[in-house]
Amino acid sequence: MADEALLEIDSLTKHFGGVVASDGISLTLRRGELHALIGPNGAGKTTLIGQLTGEVAPDSGRIRFDSRDITALPVYRRSRIGLARSFQIASLFPDFTALDNVALAVQAHSGHSFRFWRDARREPQLREPARAALVRVGLAQRADVAVTDLSHGERRQLEIAMALATRPRMLLLDEPMAGMGPEESARLVATLRQLKGGITILLVEHDMDAVFALADRISVLVYGRIIASGDPATIRTDAAVREAYLGERDEARHD
Amino acid sequence: MLYFIEQFLNGIQLGMLLFLLAAGLTLIFGIMDLVNLAHGSLYMLGAYFAASFAAWTDSFVLGAILAIAATLVVGMALEVIAIRRLYGRNHLDHVLGTFGLLLFFDELVRLIWGPAGMTLSLPNEMLSAVQILPGLFYPAYRLVIIAVTLAVALLLYVLVMRTRLGMLIRAGASNREMVGALGVNIKLLYTLVFGLGAALAGFAGLMQAPILTVQIGMGENILIPAFVVVVIGGIGSIRGAFVAALLVGVIDTIGRAFLPDLLHDYLSESAAATLAPALSSMLIYLLMALVLVVRPEGLFPAAGK
Amino acid sequence: MSDRRKHWRDSRLSPRVVVNAALLVVLALVPVYAALTGDSFAMTLFARVLIMAIAALSLNLIMGFGGMVSFGHAAYLGIGGYAVGILAKEGIGSGFVQWPVAVAASALYALVVGALSLRTRGVYFIMITLAFAQMVYYVASGLDRYGGDDGLTIYHRSQFGDFGLNNATLFYYLCFGLLLASIYLVWRIVNSRFGLVIRGARLNERRMRAIGFPTFRYKLVCFVIAGAMCGLAGALLANHTNFISPAMMHWTRSGDLIVMAVLGGMHAMFGPLIGAMTFLLLEQGLSHVTGYPDLILGPLLLIVAIYVNGGIDGLMGGARRG
Repeated sequence: MADEALLEIDSLTKHFGGVVASDGISLTLRRGELHALIGPNGAGKTTLIGQLTGEVAPDSGRIRFDSRDITALPVYRRSRIGLARSFQIASLFPDFTALDNVALAVQAHSGHSFRFWRDARREPQLREPARAALVRVGLAQRADVAVTDLSHGERRQLEIAMALATRPRMLLLDEPMAGMGPEESARLVATLRQLKGGITILLVEHDMDAVFALADRISVLVYGRIIASGDPATIRTDAAVREAYLGERDEARHD
Repeated sequence: MLYFIEQFLNGIQLGMLLFLLAAGLTLIFGIMDLVNLAHGSLYMLGAYFAASFAAWTDSFVLGAILAIAATLVVGMALEVIAIRRLYGRNHLDHVLGTFGLLLFFDELVRLIWGPAGMTLSLPNEMLSAVQILPGLFYPAYRLVIIAVTLAVALLLYVLVMRTRLGMLIRAGASNREMVGALGVNIKLLYTLVFGLGAALAGFAGLMQAPILTVQIGMGENILIPAFVVVVIGGIGSIRGAFVAALLVGVIDTIGRAFLPDLLHDYLSESAAATLAPALSSMLIYLLMALVLVVRPEGLFPAAGK
Repeated sequence: MSDRRKHWRDSRLSPRVVVNAALLVVLALVPVYAALTGDSFAMTLFARVLIMAIAALSLNLIMGFGGMVSFGHAAYLGIGGYAVGILAKEGIGSGFVQWPVAVAASALYALVVGALSLRTRGVYFIMITLAFAQMVYYVASGLDRYGGDDGLTIYHRSQFGDFGLNNATLFYYLCFGLLLASIYLVWRIVNSRFGLVIRGARLNERRMRAIGFPTFRYKLVCFVIAGAMCGLAGALLANHTNFISPAMMHWTRSGDLIVMAVLGGMHAMFGPLIGAMTFLLLEQGLSHVTGYPDLILGPLLLIVAIYVNGGIDGLMGGARRG
């Protein structure tokens, strides 16, 4: 059973002044699954992601990745061990092309970069995998476009491509659908569906259609606690979840 | 021991002057996010204005008041004409632009007042020394500096903590965007803040003029220590500037007074002679480095930054 | 950027390329001009331009490409210069010893400063680099044996075996060659893997760490390279003026270097050279025209800061960012 778990979050707690952002969060991600994390705004998703990526230090609790305690591991190391993330607000390298962006991600995992002479933009071992990642998310024809000229949706796709280029074992996706039109969302769902099984995915999302279409399991985060966790059918009918979260949404629909 | 007390008081006095400069800098930093290398120029202008006005009116006090008013006007005019076009730009543009202003003002002063510098003499009442302890006579004017700047610090405290303007300043220091969203006339607020900083700088310049100097480039020499105070105190925090200024003033003065002897006791003559001035000057930078290692945001960072 | 503009910018005969090439030709011919007209001052002035261009280029490596605004870069000019001066005074006149020491000492100080400063950012970084430069300034002022505040004359320029640097023309072309080599070196670095890390860290350091780069060590190495290069410029400067003094590393000198880099255009290889030349020629020219040159230079800098994005190179169509 332990071998199946790639990521184990154990009683993660984080306070900011008087506010409890994470209240003893425990969660396990099985290898190859696509696990969705949903919850209303302000539930503490951002803080949780921050602790998983290493940007926020938890007050207490442990995070184990592939049986290794990574709670205190610095941010850059987490990518090295196979934990990749995408940003909710696209965090890219402006003025560089899409291909440049992804190639940098490839470069980070291609040995050290204390090479001062050779033109890195002409290194096939950097450019080829980068192109492949762009193909995977459907951005191949925009490879030589500067990020500043990409559409919002394309930038979100580029986010995913960069994360993929680091050859991760686990992807932490922070609201990748946000602001995407229906066509782009559908394309991203298709991409994620292809990735499922091979890469373990923690999908933090608001887009319920995507969540129920993709998730193997869903966990619900409210006020810093996981109030329910299970397969989609169970979650859909869970009373506490409906009240706390889906219930809100129903009300919003009536407006 | 008496010598120590005397130097300690000198340190307090230096600290108070640094506070006046640092308070303006930290406000401008905290609220407008502007690196202002021309702040020392306003300090210089205050001294020059005071020297001229005091000579014209034959009164130190009147000259001082006019000088503060003049520096305030110059500061606000500068903000409207030039400084406000730098808001929102990256710090490099600030450095470049205000560096240009620094050069300009040095040259302007040379044009108007000549290269030789000026003197500002004190009224006779302040020339005497006061006996504050048995055996220790301390110049009355230095006591005046400490007292007056403490009063100004208190006024500043009241302004920032108890008035509406002060509330806007505090809000602006921790969250610039919010203040704009509140519908406040941001442009006017910025002009006033800059003017206030200029007036404080000018005031510091004129206060030290009788005992130190009125010359071109005097702003440059004190600007760096003022920045050190801001960094140690925490950007945007007047309280931080106050504490840090006293710390820096006292450490710098005591250090310069006692370190050479200390070094002479432990090192060879030549080594001590070489190291003493360098180390004394370096003390405040070592202090800054230490603070930044332990508390990278300074001692009292403004909330929300 | 529109396709037409991009094409124009990258084409072989874009204004930038023409101007840069013309610039190099002009600089190469300065000694010829000096020989023909007897105006040796021109060669002195332009040699200074070449040397400061190297210094500004080194600053631009960390500042323009790396986003590390160092307000203490003149310290390395001073350290390099003092290495030459001190060794010369102590009887070691060989350039083979002086110059490596100049470069090594600067690199070492850059290592220390960088290790401590690069943990801070923004205005704190600017201040702490400034403070470190001031420290060197004060130490130099206190070195009575080497002139203290008044400075020290260097009677014999660096000697390289049988070759001395007393011939002004030879010295000029040495500086020119070193500048060209430096520009080429920086160009290669900026486009290498290392350079991309540095540039990426400037554009989005958080992302760089997220994809797995330990950015601190790369920035530190970049900082050291820049310091070393500036140390070499310092050695050249000491030879050029036959004089060293703490004024070489006063913080306003660091300010001058920043001005040169920004003025010329921070994202271009030739930017620092253009900036150094513009600044120094302007300084020189204005002081001929008026007794108060800074009355014009000051506001000019302000105007450049406000209105000119990308420096002079940007005006010619160069990259505004990136």
